[in-house]
Amino acid sequence: MKSAVVVFPGLNRDRDMIAALTKIGGKAPAVVWHQETELPDVDLIVIPGGFSYGDYLRCGAIAARSPMMDIIRERADKGVKVLGVCNGFQILTEAGLLPGALMRNASLKFVCREVELEIANANTPFSNQYSDGQVIRCPVAHHDGNFFTDTETLASIEGNGQVIFRYTPETNPNGSINNIAGITNARGNVLGMMPHPENLIEPEHGGTDGRGIFAGLLA
Amino acid sequence: MKARVIVTLKNGVLDPQGQAIEGSLHSQGFDGVQSVRQGKVFDLELQTADADEAKAQIEAMCEKLLANTVIENFAIEIIG
Repeated sequence: MKSAVVVFPGLNRDRDMIAALTKIGGKAPAVVWHQETELPDVDLIVIPGGFSYGDYLRCGAIAARSPMMDIIRERADKGVKVLGVCNGFQILTEAGLLPGALMRNASLKFVCREVELEIANANTPFSNQYSDGQVIRCPVAHHDGNFFTDTETLASIEGNGQVIFRYTPETNPNGSINNIAGITNARGNVLGMMPHPENLIEPEHGGTDGRGIFAGLLA
Repeated sequence: MKARVIVTLKNGVLDPQGQAIEGSLHSQGFDGVQSVRQGKVFDLELQTADADEAKAQIEAMCEKLLANTVIENFAIEIIG
């Protein structure tokens, strides 16, 4: 299993993501700067978190229109797995690879804390190390994680099993509709999530609940 | 050709920033404010002198970048 981490200017969680992929997969990912015109032949493309282009215009909006995203879109169309965490999730929705939009947190506050995530669908490569209904711990750190979509799209992603992670109602940090924390595209090979599983992968982090996401993908 | 683009949240989309502004207006004594929705304004200068062409170009810009049409509407004013 080969992976690549794509880095846009202003991301700041790329090193954590590279460390997680290296520690769990046993092999360092290729690190690709957004201006490169080629992406190595990999099985997993990861867009980490941060503040690409300073969150100008809308979070992820500028990065989503970069030529590198066209390459990622082509790979995703071929079935390559794509994981976007935090700003990576925002970029994937802005690029149209995932439905919906991530709006300002309902509290208007930047929220940096741990939440509980319920596994809403364990039958995906991103979640198959967990079981349906299992609740795991995971940190979040964002200002714009309030997932929103129109009623029709919501019914469709819920009906298709595209909701993979939900905040427990008590720990929803941002007002997301249906407590949605992570979704896939209809085909199931592109996943975006606001929480940071890469920051809970070894006992020194205070827990290892995030490991399963990478363990499943890198197996 | 100069033009202005106004981007606003669609009806039914929660606007916590608008609500916070509304709360602040109330606290400053503007009790008559019934609702606030906030948005963005872009002032553009285009090479073309043709208003229809300008409008068509800006519509494409809005669809592609200036607005996120999942949650936002846009309006274009040609200023001249």
